[in-house]
Amino acid sequence: MNSAVLVSTFFAAAIEVIEMVAIVVAVGAARSWRAALLGAGGGLLVLVVLVVVLGAALREVPLAPVRLVVGALLLVFGLQWLRKGVLRVARDGWGVGYGDEDVDPADPASVGFDWVGFVLAFKGVSLEGLEVAVIVVAFGAAAGAVGAAAVGAAGAVVVLGVLGAATYRWVAAIPRRALQLFVGAMLTAFGTFWAVEGLGATWPGDELALAGLVVLYGVAALLLLALVRRWRRGPAAPRLDGAGEAAATARRRP
Amino acid sequence: MSAVARALRAFASFWFDFIVGDDWTVAAAVTAALFGTWGLTHTVLPAWWLLPAVVLAVTTASLHRSVARDRRRDEQGR
Repeated sequence: MNSAVLVSTFFAAAIEVIEMVAIVVAVGAARSWRAALLGAGGGLLVLVVLVVVLGAALREVPLAPVRLVVGALLLVFGLQWLRKGVLRVARDGWGVGYGDEDVDPADPASVGFDWVGFVLAFKGVSLEGLEVAVIVVAFGAAAGAVGAAAVGAAGAVVVLGVLGAATYRWVAAIPRRALQLFVGAMLTAFGTFWAVEGLGATWPGDELALAGLVVLYGVAALLLLALVRRWRRGPAAPRLDGAGEAAATARRRP
Repeated sequence: MSAVARALRAFASFWFDFIVGDDWTVAAAVTAALFGTWGLTHTVLPAWWLLPAVVLAVTTASLHRSVARDRRRDEQGR
């Protein structure tokens, strides 16, 4: 077996698998493990079918439109979670909502099967899995060692999948409201990264830009949290045109 | 309503909630930013910065509106 191709594919695929596992763990902890794992399983199943049917022709699959659609959907949904997370933590604090204590009756996750969690995990695994499959075909075909490439990619999935599963208890210990806020920031970062890539733009630092986006949105979430708390405490909600203070002052006059 | 119509309505409702949620302006701003990013890719200017900038701006505005709405509701309830 071509060990150089195996190792190269392992590390190349690992970057994509880390993103895949991060989404599944985050969605599982914040929404529903059952839905997240079924979504991941569904994504892998679609991927296996595509690989079997298309084989080497997988290289011809245009990834850009897939990245754009998946990225845009993750982005708008991640923003919903980010906003709700900020509002809820601002209202109730960080330490509220462990496990089932914080189930919102209006949240579909609490009623029946969580299709939102399923779709999020399915999309994340499908897209990243497709990129892994393209890596396998590209590396393997170039070196005439598709078998070694497949073993390398499978190794990345197994090793990082086990590591992801091992983080379950740590992630599940995070209060749900805080988790929603940070998972929202993470999904927003992934969505932004993929959507921009799907439009043909390049990020400075390539994949490192994704880590930068996660940090950017995470820090922004904390700053927005401080802003929202100040707005909630203030005498009047400040208006962007500055008229809020004048209106509040007028109301205070006898 | 037939079972098929109900299923179609549930499917449409799911995707509407998934994409638009409780603030349609966010989805609209993101869509506009995506078009803007695409436009920038056809120029010599870097295109990567527009979407994150719009995301931060629209999120701030959306949160501001939510807080203002909650405060108006609280004041009317008193």
